[in-house]
Amino acid sequence: MTTAVVVALLVATGTWLVLRRGLLRVVVGFVLLGHGVNLLVLTAGGTDRRGFALPGQQGQGPVADPLPQAFVLTAVVIAFAVTVHLLGLLRQGQALDEDDDAEGPA
Amino acid sequence: MRVLLPLAVLLPVLGAALTLALGSHPVAQRWVSVAALSGVTATAAALLFGAATDGPQSVVLGAWPAGVGISLVADRLSALMLLTSSVVTLSVMLFSVGQGSTGDTERTPVSIYHPTFLTLSAGVSIAFLAGDLFNLYVGFEVLLVSSYVLLTLGGTAARVRAGMTYVVVSIVSSLLFLTGLGLVYAATGTVSMADLPGRLSGLPLAVAVGLQLVLLLAFGLKAAAFPLSGWLPDSYPTAAAPVAAVFAGLLTKVGVYAIFRTQTVLFGGVESAAVTTGLVVVAIMTMLVGILGAIAQNDLKRLMSFTLVSHIGYMLFGVALGTVEALGAAVFYAVHHILVQTALFLVVGLVERAAGTTSLRRLGGLGGAAPGIALLFLLPALNLAGIPPFSGFIGKLALLRAGAEEGGFAAWALVVAGVVTSLLTLYAISRAWAATFWSGRATRLDPEVSPETAAARAHRVPPAMVAAATGVVVVVTALTLVAGPLLDLADGAAADTLDVQQYSSVVGGLDTPPADGSGGTDSGEKAP
Repeated sequence: MTTAVVVALLVATGTWLVLRRGLLRVVVGFVLLGHGVNLLVLTAGGTDRRGFALPGQQGQGPVADPLPQAFVLTAVVIAFAVTVHLLGLLRQGQALDEDDDAEGPA
Repeated sequence: MRVLLPLAVLLPVLGAALTLALGSHPVAQRWVSVAALSGVTATAAALLFGAATDGPQSVVLGAWPAGVGISLVADRLSALMLLTSSVVTLSVMLFSVGQGSTGDTERTPVSIYHPTFLTLSAGVSIAFLAGDLFNLYVGFEVLLVSSYVLLTLGGTAARVRAGMTYVVVSIVSSLLFLTGLGLVYAATGTVSMADLPGRLSGLPLAVAVGLQLVLLLAFGLKAAAFPLSGWLPDSYPTAAAPVAAVFAGLLTKVGVYAIFRTQTVLFGGVESAAVTTGLVVVAIMTMLVGILGAIAQNDLKRLMSFTLVSHIGYMLFGVALGTVEALGAAVFYAVHHILVQTALFLVVGLVERAAGTTSLRRLGGLGGAAPGIALLFLLPALNLAGIPPFSGFIGKLALLRAGAEEGGFAAWALVVAGVVTSLLTLYAISRAWAATFWSGRATRLDPEVSPETAAARAHRVPPAMVAAATGVVVVVTALTLVAGPLLDLADGAAADTLDVQQYSSVVGGLDTPPADGSGGTDSGEKAP
């Protein structure tokens, strides 16, 4: 339940920021959206509704579902790269016209 | 044959690493890139041959048990798409090599072009060969991140502006995809395409349709299906000619491929009339709105981008009908469309190089100065519009026939929309061709931008660029000659995707381990 509320908060704040004018806010909004979705994927895990992911783990106490963690790890790396690229674009755009408002038919 | 599967991914990745290290040796970079992409093309051809003779091939990387490790699968659909896309990447690479250092280069860091292009090619390979949803996501991300860099290469004001739109839209679709992935995993406990069909069809209908819609939304955004297509004509035209050509050929079609898999393999067992009706409406609107947009354009590149969006609708046409004939026709159309759009964007690149502009208001009379380019434009243009005997006509005819056989209001609405779109495409294309090549007035250029006349420029188009563009035009024209076997192959590919049992048993998952215990013996490297 807590996770659901956190995901909702992150996604709501992220969406609100993405819809703002300033491009830096858009970038921060996507970072929050990314976190929200990653949390969602993490909560999708669970060893009760499927067998153990790796053989030979039975009888060694509770084990977390490793697959969603692997997914999120990959997604975090990708999100990081994309954020850096967005910030680079933002900086280049500012250098070009000294105006970070997304004006006109962009 | 299975050992070849990882090669389609590894060759471009290794090539990318090598070209990155060779950043200061442009000639060596070109050789490595061309060699790597030639290797992928050969691999794809071998995979297609293998898939056509021995059935689908699969391999689980890293010696993990099936259902846990990353699996690569080549059935006829994957292999055919991979072969077509590798022909395109190779041709575009030759085109950009021909363009050399004299192209629009003032601010373009050429050393980064080759590694990024090869990474894009690797991402396309991963996406087509992915045997699980998450690997498909990784493939999408690899090619998208490369495309962000390629689109904004040089960092001019127009490209930064277009790049921002493109990146933002792509991130939204990636987040949707990831959300869908998480929800699918939460509902079924797997992302393997071998296990998903069985588990998804066991879910309550409302849950399954919800998952299907999230995935279709994400892929529809990538495939530029109406109403999620507005971003495309704003971003592609600003890119450099080879970049725009490879984007036009491949990126949206990877989205179409994902829609294909979603509708056949994953959710084939989930019957929902609402989703089918939705797809029919989307297909019709994509075709009509796209082509009406094209008619209103006064720039060759924007016009081409709108026709690109419009003709995505034909593939959705086939997917919406969902019969083997319709899906086969859509696969054939996808092959035709990838090649014809790449050809057209490359020729538009030649026009831009020869005339110095792509504005239809300024272009004119280029037919006299550059008759070769006029012919190169005309052939794929007529092909796109669906004039017999070109492959565009054959693909459209197969789709229309599948629609007529299906019958019913929805199918006939699709048929009518398809015919109207074809006619409007002919109008848009002939208007563009006439304005560019046929009209009496000469091209008027801004004297400040280009002091010499268009006729003088036309003689300085590097022959290697023309040769590469000619190559693609010849390939797409020659599709007519192999149309019969190709259509059979496309039907076979469609049958492969509908035969979920066979697919599952070949890929192997937790529910259905592969019969021969394969996958544990090949020790490939892990995909990135």
